[in-house]
Amino acid sequence: MWDWIKIAVLGIIALMAAVAANFARDLAFQVHALIVMAVAAGMFIYTVRTAGDEKPAPVGYMDGVVRAGVIATAFWGIAGFLVGTFIAFQLAFPQLNFDFLQGYGNFGRLRPLHTSAVIFAFGGNALIASSFYVVQRTSAARLWGGNTAWFVFWGYQLFIVLAATGYLMGATQSREYAEPEWYVDLWLTIVWVAYLGVFLGTIIKRKEPHIYVANWFYLSFIVTVAMLHVVNNLALPVSLVGSRSVSAMAGVQDAMTQWWYGHNAVGFFLTAGFLGMMYYFVPKQAERPVFSYKLSIIHFWALIFIYIWAGPHHLHYTALPDWASTLGMVFSIVLWMPSWGGMINGLMTLSGAWDKIRTDPIIRMMVISIGFYGMSTFEGPMMSIRAVNSLSHYTDWTIGHVHSGALGWNGMITFGALYFLTPRLWNRARLYSLRLVNWHFWLATIGIVLYAASMWVTGIMEGLMWREVDAQGFLVNSFADTVSAKFPMYVVRGLGGVLYLSGAMIMCYNLWMTVRGQKEVSATAATPAE
Amino acid sequence: MGILDKHKVLETHATLLLVCSFLVVTVGGIVQIAPLFYLENTIEEVEGVRPYTPLELAGREIYIREGCYVCHSQMIRPMRDEVERYGHYSLAAESMYDHPFQWGSKRTGPDLARVGGRYSDAWHVDHLINPQAVVPESIMPPYAYLMDREIDPEHMDDLLRTQAMVGVPYTDEMIENVEEDFYAQLDPFSDGYDGLVARYITDENPDDDREPRNTIVARNYDGQEEVTEMDALVAYLQMLGTLVDFSTFTPEEAAMPR
Repeated sequence: MWDWIKIAVLGIIALMAAVAANFARDLAFQVHALIVMAVAAGMFIYTVRTAGDEKPAPVGYMDGVVRAGVIATAFWGIAGFLVGTFIAFQLAFPQLNFDFLQGYGNFGRLRPLHTSAVIFAFGGNALIASSFYVVQRTSAARLWGGNTAWFVFWGYQLFIVLAATGYLMGATQSREYAEPEWYVDLWLTIVWVAYLGVFLGTIIKRKEPHIYVANWFYLSFIVTVAMLHVVNNLALPVSLVGSRSVSAMAGVQDAMTQWWYGHNAVGFFLTAGFLGMMYYFVPKQAERPVFSYKLSIIHFWALIFIYIWAGPHHLHYTALPDWASTLGMVFSIVLWMPSWGGMINGLMTLSGAWDKIRTDPIIRMMVISIGFYGMSTFEGPMMSIRAVNSLSHYTDWTIGHVHSGALGWNGMITFGALYFLTPRLWNRARLYSLRLVNWHFWLATIGIVLYAASMWVTGIMEGLMWREVDAQGFLVNSFADTVSAKFPMYVVRGLGGVLYLSGAMIMCYNLWMTVRGQKEVSATAATPAE
Repeated sequence: MGILDKHKVLETHATLLLVCSFLVVTVGGIVQIAPLFYLENTIEEVEGVRPYTPLELAGREIYIREGCYVCHSQMIRPMRDEVERYGHYSLAAESMYDHPFQWGSKRTGPDLARVGGRYSDAWHVDHLINPQAVVPESIMPPYAYLMDREIDPEHMDDLLRTQAMVGVPYTDEMIENVEEDFYAQLDPFSDGYDGLVARYITDENPDDDREPRNTIVARNYDGQEEVTEMDALVAYLQMLGTLVDFSTFTPEEAAMPR
């Protein structure tokens, strides 16, 4: 019965997509309608061919979807780093905005592609895959909802493809980190609600009495991102067969809403969710319990309550009323404390196992990621102070800050988790090579240092050059002077990206060889739950 | 450690944990966003701010499409060097019809909030075709292809209608005459020009016997016979920051709700 409903729904979707493609008002919408049509038609045929087949009863943990998530994380990671490195060089050498790519490959269209690829494709897949793994292990229960987990995985990939191709074809809402247009937003909302259902359902049917701390963070990340996504993307489509929409809010209210969203994309997507990863993988790899249970409680509630207020520090000295930006500044500074509480809780988990930093490159990766977390959560509150912000805002310093957090904290903890997960998910005795992990560690670390250092220099330099006045009170530098002064540092930044990308490619080779180059050990690692 | 012991309740009830963490994260947004809609001094009362004309709005769509906001801010802060470099600091009123706002967050290129009228049309066209030919240090990508992309106001009425639905004061008359107004702005001697001005420049202050300032710039922006995306984009750039007459503007007066 269920199969027949599915076949009918898929058929209708494919048909409607074909009609939408026919009447499409712009290229992006037309291509997207064709993609949806192809996907629905493919699934239609598959469902027809397998209708009525006996499906084997599921046993044990549902790890297939986690394996797929690990592969997707590695794939989108490389894609995102590659685009990032390319656009870094576009800024150093504008000739890389090739004539034949005009209208598709200019910096303005590739930059959202890069940010979305690393945050939502790389980070998002890492979060979904790791949360599915962690929630099953810590609840001793199989994922709730049967194949809904697969729907979440593939639905999320479709979201990524629609968003990425949309940017290239000019479909954008121009809201930073929320660029996808209305129909893509709607689709993500459906996928996200399914994700919440799978995650919460698994917790509810857990066999452990307590909900493990990692799951608090994952849960708050999922529900908060849902709220942020829905509110920030409130918009009216211009037409049901076109990609353009008009945002519900304007000017100052729109700016406030966008940065409430924008900062909490960092706060909840890139922090709360990744802290969930930290609270599971660091104790596991170190084979030590979490340092302090009480600190976890304080850390959790303080972090999620305070983070949400920090948005207006992106709007200091703008037309946003002072009371709002002052509130944002105060809470951003207070935020330093719970952030470092979390850092301490993560680092001190290694108490009694510090020697592992020397012997285990995976632990080293996790430790440096927590170190970068501590560094950028100090830098952030500092930059949110009005006086500092008056210099740093609009400059490359912000870009450097974001990348020390993203490459250092999010990247490194994800790499650590991938190295942890791959042998276990594919039942391999060990990683293919720890030497290569070591190479990855150093390439990535040096890459980040080059990136952050060069952006500090250009950011502070251009901030000072913009405000420099001579004895008569005239501005000393034209804007173009500051652009040309930044050139050497832009090359250094690009090289940092190359190092980071090479490290990630070594990781992919290592993971590939772990799976392909070794024999499967009989299922000792995975213990069935039911 | 009484209170931390009670945490066990949350740790053993998933739905309660979900509801509590959701309530905790809603507070900040409610306090920071909601008052902006009803506090009267959030947006100053100034004269001259009007909805974009159809051609300007088409240009703004191209500005958004190409991701110009990624490198150019439209928000001048009240610091000495910024006011010196870019002009009067930006007012909230100046972006009150911006759906979405284009304040930006990064100045890889200069601020554009008041770029209107600063350079000639020919400068803009040359610069957009090949930025390095005009500013050798520039790292801006070229947008020469806009010269070849012809546009027409098809579906512009839907765009204006949607903007009106979210609160931009586009009248039915403006929506009906969108095609005429679109073409009228390309030629100040066209038949439609007076209608365009009459629709978009209204007298907000009838006690004042001066004529309202005409902030519509009408001309053939790219010098080509065809109407191209270059025309629309330059029309948008040339009106940025020109709506408010700062020779008569005083912050104290603007802050007083009338």
